[in-house]
Amino acid sequence: MRHTISLLVENKFGVLARISGLFSARGYNIASLAVSETLDPTISYMTIVVEAQDEKILEQINKQLNKLVDVITVTDFTKKEHIDRELVLAKINYLPKDKDRLEMIFSKYVGKIIHYTEKIAIIEAVGNGAQIKSLLEELQSFGIVELVRTGKLAISN
Amino acid sequence: MKGSQILLESLRRAGVEVIFGYPGGQVLPIFDSLYDFDIKFILTRHEQGAAHAADGYARATGKVGVCLATSGPGATNLVTGIANAFMDSIPMVAITGQVGTHLIGNDAFQEADVTGITRPITKHNFLVKDVRDLSRTIAEAFYIASSGRPGPVLIDIPVDIQRAEADFAWPEDIRIRSYKPTYFGHPGQIKKAAKLVSQAKKPLIYAGGGVITSGASLALKELAERIQAPVTSTFMGLGCFPATHKLYLGMLGMHGTAYANHATMEADLIIAVGARFDDRVTGRLDHFAPYAKIIHVDIDPSSISKNVHVDIPIVGDAKNIISELCKEIKKVPDTILWLKTIDAWKKKHPLTYKSGGKMLKPQFILEELWKLTKGDAIICTEVGQSQMWACQWYKHLTPRTWISSGGLGTMGFGFPAAMGAKMGVPGKEVFNIAGDGSIQMNIQELATCVANKINVKVLIFNNGFLGMVRQWQELFYKKRYSYTPITSPDFVKLAQSYGAVGMRVTKKEDVRKALQKTIKTDNTVFAEFIIEPEENVWPMVPTGQAINNMIDGLA
Ligand SMILES: Cc1ncc(C[n+]2csc(CCOP(=O)(O)OP(=O)(O)O)c2C)c(N)n1
Repeated sequence: MRHTISLLVENKFGVLARISGLFSARGYNIASLAVSETLDPTISYMTIVVEAQDEKILEQINKQLNKLVDVITVTDFTKKEHIDRELVLAKINYLPKDKDRLEMIFSKYVGKIIHYTEKIAIIEAVGNGAQIKSLLEELQSFGIVELVRTGKLAISN
Repeated sequence: MKGSQILLESLRRAGVEVIFGYPGGQVLPIFDSLYDFDIKFILTRHEQGAAHAADGYARATGKVGVCLATSGPGATNLVTGIANAFMDSIPMVAITGQVGTHLIGNDAFQEADVTGITRPITKHNFLVKDVRDLSRTIAEAFYIASSGRPGPVLIDIPVDIQRAEADFAWPEDIRIRSYKPTYFGHPGQIKKAAKLVSQAKKPLIYAGGGVITSGASLALKELAERIQAPVTSTFMGLGCFPATHKLYLGMLGMHGTAYANHATMEADLIIAVGARFDDRVTGRLDHFAPYAKIIHVDIDPSSISKNVHVDIPIVGDAKNIISELCKEIKKVPDTILWLKTIDAWKKKHPLTYKSGGKMLKPQFILEELWKLTKGDAIICTEVGQSQMWACQWYKHLTPRTWISSGGLGTMGFGFPAAMGAKMGVPGKEVFNIAGDGSIQMNIQELATCVANKINVKVLIFNNGFLGMVRQWQELFYKKRYSYTPITSPDFVKLAQSYGAVGMRVTKKEDVRKALQKTIKTDNTVFAEFIIEPEENVWPMVPTGQAINNMIDGLA
């Protein structure tokens, strides 16, 4: 099962290594990771998405995260009300004649075309996991040349 | 003040009496400041020895042990000692020199990323990049090492920081917003636990090293006597409950007593205090303690429900919680029948060994040592059969008198740890129970002992084998003794060449005299006992079996 875990941590060097070490030591791969400063610049916010083969091991990881001296709070959003979003930037094959078709697609999503060249368009889109997934499926018909994603951000509601 | 002076002044403020360490290029400023600084420094003969000595000092005194090494190889030589302290939750501060800040990451001479290397084996570690952070970092390191569930903390100090100047300021109050150990148990949980205790018919107290760390021994004794529950101890808990007490069952688990293991499997309530249900204790997990509800008291939430399902977890300090629990228990359970059953097990399956043969028996030597010391000594050990016999055959009476590598099982730990313990508690006789294999792993510390008159008494049980591995080869690998016969130097001459005292004992009737002489000698002693080469540790639970499936080869 996929888990979304958020952490408030001290904004110091070494913190990320400690946290990722707890996952890697148990052979767990971090699917996505987003880190940034909070309003208080001495504190960072992290959102980690991880696939847990064994819930007990994940529970142990959560406890170990809590135990790290530089970790302030740990929240597992899996069983909690929350909102999550992800930002994607994609470079797609595009010819001027495709313009209408592309705009049709974007009318259904939160996103836009931010840059054109002769053959290529760069688009941005924001959404939850399902929305991003279906957008990317639709864009496949153009041919996605390059794709970058922020990884999930989550906030409780 | 220079960084190096700030370091030493901070250590003094933190209450440090002794540092174990070894010099090198990237700690030259620190050693220069040490030259005329009033703090005791013990020059070991290997950095691993320094780390284990700091660990032994901490176990014997309850204070934070301190070791110091140079960058690169000095620092990596500390690694085993740090991991050892981490596994057994021992408060320790390790200080390492580092190449200058501008060189870090350049593969500079004697550079090793020691904060990276030790990240998974320290409670926390620091790289100091500004001399103005130094005293604060040291204060935090001592606080983190000794509070909550203790553990080692490493501070890496680049050489230019040691030379840099800053004003000295010592923070009197340390508060870390992201680190707040829980000391007081949840009153509701304690109430629920008290109810379970009152309803129990076959309660069992399972006590671990946390009892010693928190100083909960007296509270535990009070609880056990009040509810008339038998007490079994983990390896790390030995000494937390007097082994001569009638409620005591000895150690449980792989080499535990049969009656402790039977009691665990039959109990209807287990009160686990400062213990972590380690695999050497539980044996086959899905068969462990099938009838028992479990109350688990531990300061570390990550220890709870890690291996076994816990009915009532109580996070906090063992001493506080046990005292509160004792107060909260209104009705005392009736355990007369239960204690009778246990007495029958004790009679039916006592700890025993075959005596009478020609060769010396290690168990006999430990019995004699007990008779001579009556428990008033610190018993350190190496790892292997000799260590297990020392668990079983010496009666550990008080906390901090049993010093042995539990979680990591580090051969070579005992001798330097004994040295550290003796430094911490000079008034006590300190023994190291050693196998002929293990003692050769840090034997260089003989020089440290002799040079500093740290008189530790090493009893070498020489069976000519890496005995514990040989035992497994005998039982599970058809006696194919692959690389377990091991040769040794002449320990008597070796001791003498270092300026220590050596003796060799081969006969039963000489054991007592030799031990008496060992105790009387005002020097470090290597007393070698030539023991039965293929003696085994019994009883034993084979890996993967329920703990009442013990085998003992004595029948
Ligand atoms: C550093 C280290 N290496 C290897 C081992 C594996 N090991 C465990 S017990 C043992 C044999 C110990 O032999 P000895 O010190 O002679 O003690 P004995 O078992 O004979 O009493 C070995 C090799 C270990 N625990 N530690």
